[in-house]
Amino acid sequence: MSTATALEVEGLSKTFGGSRALRDVGFSVRAGEIHGLVGENGSGKSTLIKLLCGFHSPDSPVPLRVGMVETELPLRAGEAARLGLAFVHQDLGLVPQVSVLENLLIDEIAADLSWRLSWSDQRRRANRMLSDFGLQYDLDQPIGRLRTTDRALVAIARAAARIRSAAIDAGEGGVLVLDEPTVYLPEHDRARLFEMMHSVAAAGVGLIFVSHDVDEVLANTDRITVLRDGRAVGTLTSAESTHEQVVGLILGRELAARVGAAAPPIEPTRSAYEIVGLVGGGARDIALSLQRGAITGLTGLPGAGFDDIPYLLFGANRASGGTLKIDGEEHDLTSMTPARALQLGMALIPADRQGAGAVGSLPVVDNLTLQVLGRYRRGPFLPRARMLRAAEEIAEAYDVRPRDPRMTYSSLSGGNQQKVLLAKWLLTEPQLLLLHEPTQGVDIGARAEIFTVLQRAARDTGCAIVIASSDHEQLAAVCHEVAIVRAGRVTERLRGADVTQERITEGCYSISDDEASAS
Amino acid sequence: MSVTTPEGATSPMDIHPPDTIRDERRRQAFKHAERFALVAAWLLIIVVFAIAKPDTFMTAANFQTIFGSQSVLAIVALALLTPLLAGDYDLSVGSMMGLSGMLVAILNAQHGWPLAVAVAVALGAALIVGLVNGFFIIYLGVDSLIATLGSGTVISGLILWMSNSATVAGVSPDLVSAVIETKLLGVSLVFFYALAIAIVLWYVFAYTTLGRRLLFVGRGRTVARLSGIPVGRIRLGALVTSAIIAAIAGIFYVGTTGAADPTSSASFLLPAIAAAFLGATCITPGVFNAWGTLVAVYFLVTGITGLQLLGVQTFVQQLFYGGALVLAVALSQLAHRRGERQA
Repeated sequence: MSTATALEVEGLSKTFGGSRALRDVGFSVRAGEIHGLVGENGSGKSTLIKLLCGFHSPDSPVPLRVGMVETELPLRAGEAARLGLAFVHQDLGLVPQVSVLENLLIDEIAADLSWRLSWSDQRRRANRMLSDFGLQYDLDQPIGRLRTTDRALVAIARAAARIRSAAIDAGEGGVLVLDEPTVYLPEHDRARLFEMMHSVAAAGVGLIFVSHDVDEVLANTDRITVLRDGRAVGTLTSAESTHEQVVGLILGRELAARVGAAAPPIEPTRSAYEIVGLVGGGARDIALSLQRGAITGLTGLPGAGFDDIPYLLFGANRASGGTLKIDGEEHDLTSMTPARALQLGMALIPADRQGAGAVGSLPVVDNLTLQVLGRYRRGPFLPRARMLRAAEEIAEAYDVRPRDPRMTYSSLSGGNQQKVLLAKWLLTEPQLLLLHEPTQGVDIGARAEIFTVLQRAARDTGCAIVIASSDHEQLAAVCHEVAIVRAGRVTERLRGADVTQERITEGCYSISDDEASAS
Repeated sequence: MSVTTPEGATSPMDIHPPDTIRDERRRQAFKHAERFALVAAWLLIIVVFAIAKPDTFMTAANFQTIFGSQSVLAIVALALLTPLLAGDYDLSVGSMMGLSGMLVAILNAQHGWPLAVAVAVALGAALIVGLVNGFFIIYLGVDSLIATLGSGTVISGLILWMSNSATVAGVSPDLVSAVIETKLLGVSLVFFYALAIAIVLWYVFAYTTLGRRLLFVGRGRTVARLSGIPVGRIRLGALVTSAIIAAIAGIFYVGTTGAADPTSSASFLLPAIAAAFLGATCITPGVFNAWGTLVAVYFLVTGITGLQLLGVQTFVQQLFYGGALVLAVALSQLAHRRGERQA
């Protein structure tokens, strides 16, 4: 590894609305180095990547150095490519229906203005891009037919080729940014990806590797920069650091003070809901019991499958296996539908509020009353005035602001949108309320109100509540119990005094012995 | 599961800057203006033509044509509304109308079946067409635009085959009498039939739980599904409804002339689509609605009749209908964008 700098940035800040996502962040990557970037959700990792690739602009322009070139962020259009700055995002940026060949050469096809494409030429070039890394694929098959791992490898090969073609002009090594490429890869396949990353680095390219998996980062990087609350809190040398050190930096020392509020008391009752052998999406074999009147948190790292569980239980996504026992009565989850789930007293509040939870272009009143329209009917009529009056009362009770139910749903803030959804579903008096990321995009004040509503619903109506979320701080604040999901299985259940942010986060990052055999 | 970052969220203060009362009044006034803009435009062109051609335009006969025979077009446009609200196109309404008219004419005039039986057969055919459309669109997942474009073309072929490409005349005068000859307040009954269909649709769309569900199915299929609404059944019902209303239009169309010709029904589709989209820009802007559609039909028909009286040739129809369709969709797109900015 040389000591030449591949990328250096300083004083990077980004503010969204009133909240600062990044504060004065600076870090540097050496040529030929694999540099890990780790931190909790919301620590600013993705903001940092989005600033580098030009998706966001920093609060004020800051100097950026790529190789020998001094420039500044935000980059001008196309500048990243000229500088040899390439990105592989989590979604890989491939077109699944199009052939491997066309995916590899998409830049050239887009830029080539000549009338005739020389397919034999393109084929040779594509083969060279792959063979540099010892890869070989049928170039004519749609890339969607390749396994996820192979698709990731193709995406990296393409990015490496982009860097090489830029570096010819700049005479430098370039930078490859990998934004959580391993999340959806099976664990035994990840080694191939790391191998490829090392061979890219060996050519003098600096790599930035974003990942949640601390062990993976420790094993495969030269240095690690840790982000916490929008600040770069330290850069460690991987070979000299331990798992505990990195997790300690991720969580921060003032953690105990941050948790503050005591977890609500548990009232253990008999468990009313029993989930057995749930398979589907990222869930491989979920076993879980839920109590009436209790709030159960589900969490894990991205890709662990915890966030599929609410959708599978409700029948929004089809499960490929599993049963739900309600007071001992068995229900097959592979044939669950939303209509059936509603009959069983379930309710689902999805993370995608405007796409799946409510219709943004329709007024609040329609979204609010959809489940209980029968209540407002008078004979054969559904009087609008009566619905509006009822909606106003509901808006009052749930403190939806502004109160006017004729406003369109999308014009409300995130917190108020969520209150409308809570009201919509609590009006149906559910027995099992499933929520996915209920406080995403919700400001702090509204969060507290939402939690109060949930706690009241659990306490007063005996409703069992499930919250799937990656926000550990909030799970610790509201849940009676938290189940941690790793690789599609519940690996740990925290109760009572154990429900703390620290324990939850540790649980997610912990190395368990059965991990290797799990997949 | 797509998990978005909370970064896109803005604080409530960003979304609702404190409105002054005057701003609010101006916005309300604008909303009212928007709701009745098309009505005003209609009245305006009536005034313009009345001044330009007082002796031919402002005659009872002319208005009887506009409100009488052209009411068939209004019914075809109303037929489109239900699937449009549910988020599907039904481009087979024009052909469906032709098929039902031809069935009535052939069975009644050529085979001597009683009118009521012929009408029942035509409605039965509509039920089948609606179910077939639904089968392809909902169960096989074919895009509604493609499925109904195809089924409409197949039906046009059937009509030509059934009729040997010839006009079938001699339909029972009872039908002609019930549709066009009998007048109420100087206007043929067909106008009141169109009005009745509009009233039923308006009531169902605005004042029933079914109407709310229809709206959710059209605007947010995922939301509807996760709310336990039987999305497939509602879409199927909408397609059957459109076929049946189109069949009713076809029966009335035969009633206006006493004969069924195998090709003219095709010319009803585009004006009907134009009217449905233009109608969605008024009364309840942004939502397909029955009253807006009626206003739009009569606006378009008045415009064309007036221009023809001014001596403009028949090609103006195509210019007018085509232009109105593109303009209506462009207007609603603009209104949509403005709505998003306001939000």
